Amino acid sequence: MIGGLFIYNHKGEVLISRVYRDDIGKRQAADLAVFSSSWPFLEERVNRRNAVDAFRVNVIHARQQVRSPVTNIARTSFFHVKRSNIWLAAVTKQNVNAAMVFEFLYKMCDVMAAYFGKISEENIKNNFVLIYELLDEILDFGYPQNSETGALKTFITQQGIKSQHQTKEEQSQITSQVTGQIGWRREGIKYRRNELFLDVLESVNLLMSPQGQVLSAHVSGRVVMKSYLSGMPECKFGMNDKIVIEKQGKGTADETSKSGKQSIAIDDCTFHQCVRLSKFDSERSISFIPPDGEFELMRYRTTKDIILPFRVIPLVREVGRTKLEVKVVIKSNFKPSLLAQKIEVRIPTPLNTSGVQVICMKGKAKYKASENAIVWKIKRMAGMKESQISAEIELLPTNDKKKWARPPISMNFEVPFAPSGLKVRYLKVFEPKLNYSDHDVIKWVRYIGRSGIYETRC
Amino acid sequence: MTDSKYFTTTKKGEIFELKAELNSDKKEKKKEAVKKVIASMTVGKDVSALFPDVVNCMQTDNLELKKLVYLYLMNYAKSQPDMAIMAVNTFVKDCEDPNPLIRALAVRTMGCIRVDKITEYLCEPLRKCLKDEDPYVRKTAAVCVAKLHDINAQLVEDQGFLDTLKDLISDSNPMVVANAVAALSEIAESHPSSNLLDLNPQSINKLLTALNECTEWGQIFILDCLANYTPKDDREAQSICERVTPRLSHANSAVVLSAVKVLMKFMEMLSKDLDYYGTLLKKLAPPLVTLLSAEPELQYVALRNINLIVQKRPEILKHEMKVFFVKYNDPIYVKLEKLDIMIRLASQANIAQVLAELKEYATEVDVDFVRKAVRAIGRCAIKVEQSAERCVSTLLDLIQTKVNYVVQEAIVVIKDIFRKYPNKYESVIATLCENLDSLDEPEARAAMIWIVGEYAERIDNADELLESFLEGFHDESTQVQLQLLTAIVKLFLKKPTETQELVQQVLSLATQDSDNPDLRDRGYIYWRLLSTDPVAAKEVVLAEKPLISEETDLIEPTLLDELICYIGTLASVYHKPPSAFVEGGRGVVHKSLPPRTASNESTESPETAPAGAPSGEQPDVIPSQGDLLGDLLNLDLGPPVSGPPLATSSVQMGAVDLLGGGLDSLIGAPNFVTPPAATAPANLGAPMGSGLSDLFDLTSGVGALSGSYVAPKAVGSISMDLQLTNKALQVMTDFAIQFNRNSFGLAPAAPLQVHAPLSPNQTVELSLPLSTVGSVMKMEPLNNLQVAVKNNIDVFYFSTLYPLHILFVEDGKMDRQVFLATWKDIPNENEAQFQIRDCPLNAEAVSSRLQSSNIFTVAKRTVEGQDMLYQSLKLTNGIWVLAELRIQPGNPSFTLSLKCRAPEVAQHVYQAYETILKN
Repeated sequence: MIGGLFIYNHKGEVLISRVYRDDIGKRQAADLAVFSSSWPFLEERVNRRNAVDAFRVNVIHARQQVRSPVTNIARTSFFHVKRSNIWLAAVTKQNVNAAMVFEFLYKMCDVMAAYFGKISEENIKNNFVLIYELLDEILDFGYPQNSETGALKTFITQQGIKSQHQTKEEQSQITSQVTGQIGWRREGIKYRRNELFLDVLESVNLLMSPQGQVLSAHVSGRVVMKSYLSGMPECKFGMNDKIVIEKQGKGTADETSKSGKQSIAIDDCTFHQCVRLSKFDSERSISFIPPDGEFELMRYRTTKDIILPFRVIPLVREVGRTKLEVKVVIKSNFKPSLLAQKIEVRIPTPLNTSGVQVICMKGKAKYKASENAIVWKIKRMAGMKESQISAEIELLPTNDKKKWARPPISMNFEVPFAPSGLKVRYLKVFEPKLNYSDHDVIKWVRYIGRSGIYETRC
Repeated sequence: MTDSKYFTTTKKGEIFELKAELNSDKKEKKKEAVKKVIASMTVGKDVSALFPDVVNCMQTDNLELKKLVYLYLMNYAKSQPDMAIMAVNTFVKDCEDPNPLIRALAVRTMGCIRVDKITEYLCEPLRKCLKDEDPYVRKTAAVCVAKLHDINAQLVEDQGFLDTLKDLISDSNPMVVANAVAALSEIAESHPSSNLLDLNPQSINKLLTALNECTEWGQIFILDCLANYTPKDDREAQSICERVTPRLSHANSAVVLSAVKVLMKFMEMLSKDLDYYGTLLKKLAPPLVTLLSAEPELQYVALRNINLIVQKRPEILKHEMKVFFVKYNDPIYVKLEKLDIMIRLASQANIAQVLAELKEYATEVDVDFVRKAVRAIGRCAIKVEQSAERCVSTLLDLIQTKVNYVVQEAIVVIKDIFRKYPNKYESVIATLCENLDSLDEPEARAAMIWIVGEYAERIDNADELLESFLEGFHDESTQVQLQLLTAIVKLFLKKPTETQELVQQVLSLATQDSDNPDLRDRGYIYWRLLSTDPVAAKEVVLAEKPLISEETDLIEPTLLDELICYIGTLASVYHKPPSAFVEGGRGVVHKSLPPRTASNESTESPETAPAGAPSGEQPDVIPSQGDLLGDLLNLDLGPPVSGPPLATSSVQMGAVDLLGGGLDSLIGAPNFVTPPAATAPANLGAPMGSGLSDLFDLTSGVGALSGSYVAPKAVGSISMDLQLTNKALQVMTDFAIQFNRNSFGLAPAAPLQVHAPLSPNQTVELSLPLSTVGSVMKMEPLNNLQVAVKNNIDVFYFSTLYPLHILFVEDGKMDRQVFLATWKDIPNENEAQFQIRDCPLNAEAVSSRLQSSNIFTVAKRTVEGQDMLYQSLKLTNGIWVLAELRIQPGNPSFTLSLKCRAPEVAQHVYQAYETILKN
């Protein structure tokens, strides 16, 4: 299991260090000395004391780009993730479950963010006592324990709980929640207005050849729910999943053919731990008791019948050795009544570019020398429209033998629909103990489609 | 309120100030002081001097302060064991606190104080907490048992905590169950033999129930534990699989991977004909693909595991090629792994797409990635024959880019393509030769030299090209030197007239001026071959090359099976068994996949390159004498040998001192390009012998085992006397022996008994009983026996010649009449005549001596003063040999005429006569 957890700033200084197992930090110095002889970049720093330094020397201060998120130094394995300037590293000497360690590190970041916002050096220093308290609670002897912020916040607070202020009922309520089957929600939540928000957030990914052939395309989507519901509500979520629709439509063949068009084939989906997986496996129904507030209900992936909101048509022509002519056309491919926003097309330019002239029909385009790209921005664009940019790129003559790699043209945008075609059919809420019904709950649904990695090779 | 101010106090006398503050009466001030102490501790300052003062603050009802003090205690208790006892009372008291959070906190912290003296005091509180009414306390106590076990295993056993822990598996609270499982699994790991985790269908059922209810982390503990269970039959395996599959939709990737592990393992037991087997295969693909949309670090872990899964069960992901296409912004470690999997999944169906992608990648920035992409193109050519032509033209395009490392990488892979498809793409040689000067990496230079040597007859200026390399011969790396030597010898054999000078030059460079034993010996071999028998040299050097394998760097099947049992863990990320990176006894229990119980088909596994493949190529075909290496490796060697799997790449020299001394066979030599088994010349001459036996001493470090074959005992049962000398620097254990098929079906009748480990330079002598019931294959020479001796280090190959008389059987006396009839019946061409010189014995003595070796005198005649002995003998395989021995009294030379239906044996029977009569 995890032997220790360290948080470093970008200089490699330790901000937090929590050692769970004896084997970490012990004997490291000797091991490291042996190791250094075969590893050139360790050099003078080898006589430092322990695992903490080993990681700093080998990863944070390494001269090369990090080649693996898992590093084995002197029989000690380091897992690291980086959030802005902060490094989180878990250390172990055993054959641990590697996927679990990374999941835990991400979770750790989520928990910290939920408590004090952005993970920065300042925030970590400001909250170090809290972080130690959290680390004590969510990792015991290196075993991850309940790490749902909803539950943690009931008994780990920044104010500090004085034990005599809690009643016995409160205490046992806390413990039963932390260990209970519904560890993500506490009892006795009350709202005057029962309300819920569903966001279907999709990111559409595309890789297209210069000839307009789709090399790969997929949508990875998330259903994010914000629930403000009283009590312990039982929820059931339905969408136009092809398998469900076809199952229901068995009786009336007519309906199947009609709704069949609107249903979508989901390649795979994963759920928040509140969803009863065995029920999904047997009946394909999504039922759960939601955590309070915002959480990610499900993630899914589709690859069939994706609506590609934009098509990029590139044309690059080399005129002699010192000039490039680029013409890029973008076409929007959705209902004319809808508006796409925040459109940005990024056209890479060679490293030896000396000057660029751009003409575009719509929006603004600029050559950004520091990014080696022409960035073309359009605020809004309706469906079924097209726009064009042309540029002349002057090149400095070089004797560099290596050809310019021609990175793909990438695009960013936001559209008010789900490119996968996913539709929310219902979200039913039952709370048998309290006197509100499904009809009393105010529900909001919103669809946002964003570009993921949306690239066209040129 | 911000805490950062605690980090900034750097005044002098800090410790003193803190001491004062800690002893302050004001609670707030105390708390502030403790925070400062913790801050100092974090940045690595030594604040252990404050121990008593901090412990004094422990008695508080402020939970936050208490936690801080506990944190301090955990850090420093070890360095102040005596003081730590001061804290015991508070712990014991806290374990009785009405607040379950405090009880749990106390029991959690207690276990982290790793001081032997304290542990005894902790047993009572822990016992209570394990039975606490509050599940939060119980789940914490369960982990505490593991902590205590880590400090003092004996104490935990004596106190009966293990039984209490086992009971917790049936606890009503799923989180308690999960933590108990985690603790038990860890304890069980350090006691591999104990039956701690007594998994049976009932307890499995409990675990599966808890699986649906506990936290994501708990699910991981339970799934990892389930993976260690071996179901009793395929039905149980299937029912567990059915209950585990829903986990594949969990948002936590670790839960998904652990579920995949359980399924991959239990699938092994399911019959392939089962509908469910197919369903399961289909269900596995989507979650694996989904893992690729996780954060990059997890993607990396997932990809390393997918790499294993693709090798084990290629059918799962065969249609998912596209998801492994590299994205421009992927971190480099993800890119490299994706590329690896792409090559494994490449097939005729998707090759066009793959090639287009690879061509894109070859123009990227990262050097490692580009190299790998170029190499991948070559591998596609070898794997999918239909694509070879397109691959070659793609590679030529890349060579035109003149980017140095791309060109070099391309040449290395083109060499392999030439190997795979000889005489097909030679038209590109001219283009390759243009780039000769830009090659500065040894591998590329060696590849180019190989190409020039191999196609010397088609390259007009081959001699000039090779000569140009020769100038800096001693500055080249060994790889290039060896290749250059072979290439020039090839050239000489193809164009002997013009290149005599060149070949002499290279041979003298290799043999006289080099310190490298490999190079020197290869030089000697070529030299002698060329000077004694140029025809043989041609056969050896220009022999048809063994096919090269389609798949390279596959993981060895037993290791792969073991790694499948470790899906999701570090072992699967490193592609190494845990013993390779975990210290001590922990986690080094060897795991293996369960055998299939229902159907009788054997578990199929992908082909791997056997050991002894020169330069990583698989000798699918070894000319002559069958595929010795392959055969020996595929057979089970004696008793099962535990320990790390054998390294696949090392090649050992096997040379045997036969009876009189002198070398008889070379089975393999590192870096040989020419097929090694083809060289079996017994006529290498005496000087060679000394040269090669030197080699044994030079291979130190690799771990060489030298064995010599001592004359076998002739009578009664057949046995082989062996003398094993360990000339390596390492202790050798786990010996086993195996014979290759041979002419008379000799096989060990008992396992090789080497009782004690063989330490360096130690010699052991033993006698191995033999039987003649093994499988038969005609060997050249007839009495050649190829032996493999395996131990913990490697497999060593020897070959030896045995005297034929060990095979003469006792009932070899033929009836007179039958003898006469048979003698006449055997055609005269089958008669062979030999002279036995310098034998001082008379007919009587000869007869009796031969009889003791089961050569029986059927009749005796005296003709013209000569004694004629008519003799018969029978071999173990029923072949009769008839002999006429003519002895002239006073003349020490005898004449031996042999007649046999299998005339090949005559020469060896004659040798047997010689041996018997002269000893």
